[in-house]
Amino acid sequence: MSELSDLYQEVILDHNKSPRNFRICENCNHDAEGFNPLCGDHIFVYLNMSEDKIQDISFQGTGCAISKSSASMMTTILKGKTKQEAEELFNKFHEVVTSKIGEEQDLSKLGKLAVFSGVRDYPARVKCASLAWHTLLNALKEEKKSASTEQ
Amino acid sequence: MKKENNQSMPELNKNTAGKFDVEKIRKDFPILQRMIKDKPLVYLDNAATTQKPQSVIDMLVYYYSMINSNVHRGVHFLSEQATLAYEDARLKVKEFINAVSACEIIYTRGATEAINLVAYSYGRSHIGEGDEIIISEMEHHANIVPWQMLCEEKKAKLRVIPMNDEGELILEEYYKLLNEKTKFVSIVQISNSLGTINPINEIIKKAHERNIPVLVDGSQSVPHVKVDVQDWDCDFYVFSGHKLFGPAGIGVLYGKAELLQNMPPYQTGGDMIRYVTFEKTIFNDIPNKFEAGTPNIAGAIGLGTAIDYLNNLGMYEVAKQEYDLLEYSTQRLSELKEVRLIGTAKHKASLISFVLKNIHSHDIGTILDSEGVAIRTGHHCTQPVMQHFSIPATARASFAFYNTREEVDKLITGIYKVIKVFG
Repeated sequence: MSELSDLYQEVILDHNKSPRNFRICENCNHDAEGFNPLCGDHIFVYLNMSEDKIQDISFQGTGCAISKSSASMMTTILKGKTKQEAEELFNKFHEVVTSKIGEEQDLSKLGKLAVFSGVRDYPARVKCASLAWHTLLNALKEEKKSASTEQ
Repeated sequence: MKKENNQSMPELNKNTAGKFDVEKIRKDFPILQRMIKDKPLVYLDNAATTQKPQSVIDMLVYYYSMINSNVHRGVHFLSEQATLAYEDARLKVKEFINAVSACEIIYTRGATEAINLVAYSYGRSHIGEGDEIIISEMEHHANIVPWQMLCEEKKAKLRVIPMNDEGELILEEYYKLLNEKTKFVSIVQISNSLGTINPINEIIKKAHERNIPVLVDGSQSVPHVKVDVQDWDCDFYVFSGHKLFGPAGIGVLYGKAELLQNMPPYQTGGDMIRYVTFEKTIFNDIPNKFEAGTPNIAGAIGLGTAIDYLNNLGMYEVAKQEYDLLEYSTQRLSELKEVRLIGTAKHKASLISFVLKNIHSHDIGTILDSEGVAIRTGHHCTQPVMQHFSIPATARASFAFYNTREEVDKLITGIYKVIKVFG
């Protein structure tokens, strides 16, 4: 049985308490809104993209500790990354949080995001961890419509 | 040799009648004996759904093992038995809510379908352009969206009774909303996210002064209070079986016979007709007119058994136990300075909604879950209520008669743990 502390790791609690890049970034030219209709988590992701690179990234919104810290850590890790790198990271992240309980997880290349590996033991919380990333994908696609975990 | 299947009709455990003994009562509910994450289950999510006594579970097994058959059709023995049990359950519902006649009891899938039935059938034949429908700020989405859709379709207007910060309806505002354009009032009796008990007597009286029919959403009331649709003079009353210790997928629409008789069918098909030719169809009488297709027979019979169970306990005893739990949990939660109660109405049902500093309710839910304590977190399908209090969500503990003060203590211990984790 997984311990609660595997889910609420110190890093996650810290990002929840003081989220990084919690603002609207300057020269924002891509943004998207994300919503989880089941729990009401609501998030906006803002990007300043140029030369296919994420020059700046920020977020705002309301949500639980998992969704807020996931968004916060996502912004710290993606600054300076290309669109393709961001998408690759999303795929890795998604693979880890949705892996089957008991299955081995490939945490290489995830860096700091490995702290979310415990989320897969709490199926109800997987959507909390991935909401910011789904919203990011929409922002990258320049789609203005809402991302939803229920799509 | 063939083994004969001669299971007999399950009998109600009447050991629990008379003196209210919660430990004895808990033994009637098999799920309350199980462990969650190595801890005894503390089930405080009764406003979402209630647990089922053994007698209800036994009845479902008995139905499918012994009398499964279609109702109202066959002349064979089983069909007769199934029809008898199905209609007997309707009588039990009629007695339970004190309707005048069993034909006023329509089986539905739940409260949601019952409201939709009224919105489609009564609504689409009585509401027109410029008309107004009144609901309240504390409605469940199920009592908002059907009326919103109707208003959109008919170019009618949805008016909303506001509430104060205690979570009580502001009746003076309701009186002001009533006018000659008002054609319907649909109101929740007990709020599922705040616990507020609304003065439906008064609300119905004022609407009736203008001959406006009133639907009461009794989803949260039936398990807690003695329902009397005649005394309250409701025109329609709806509830779900699964919140009444019965099976899911069965619910009830009560309507005054006179209203139901004049309403067009909601769904059409088998069992709701009297005579069909390709030119014309004569509809069946109520309640069958509104029960097209093969109904949830086992669900209806199981609901009847749940009602037997409650009658045996006595609704007065049930209410007394729950009131004690409400008082105790309110007092214990108020000791925590980090807790803000959402919904502090004078008249409340045994349900307590709260927020904890700036800790999101889902984090509270997950940590309590690790202690075996099941509560509901989120907006509870009442987003306008969350908007009123400018919060995204609440944590909600909702009690049933089988809960105990010791379980409230475990909830409080869990909340201390939440505060510790989030510092």
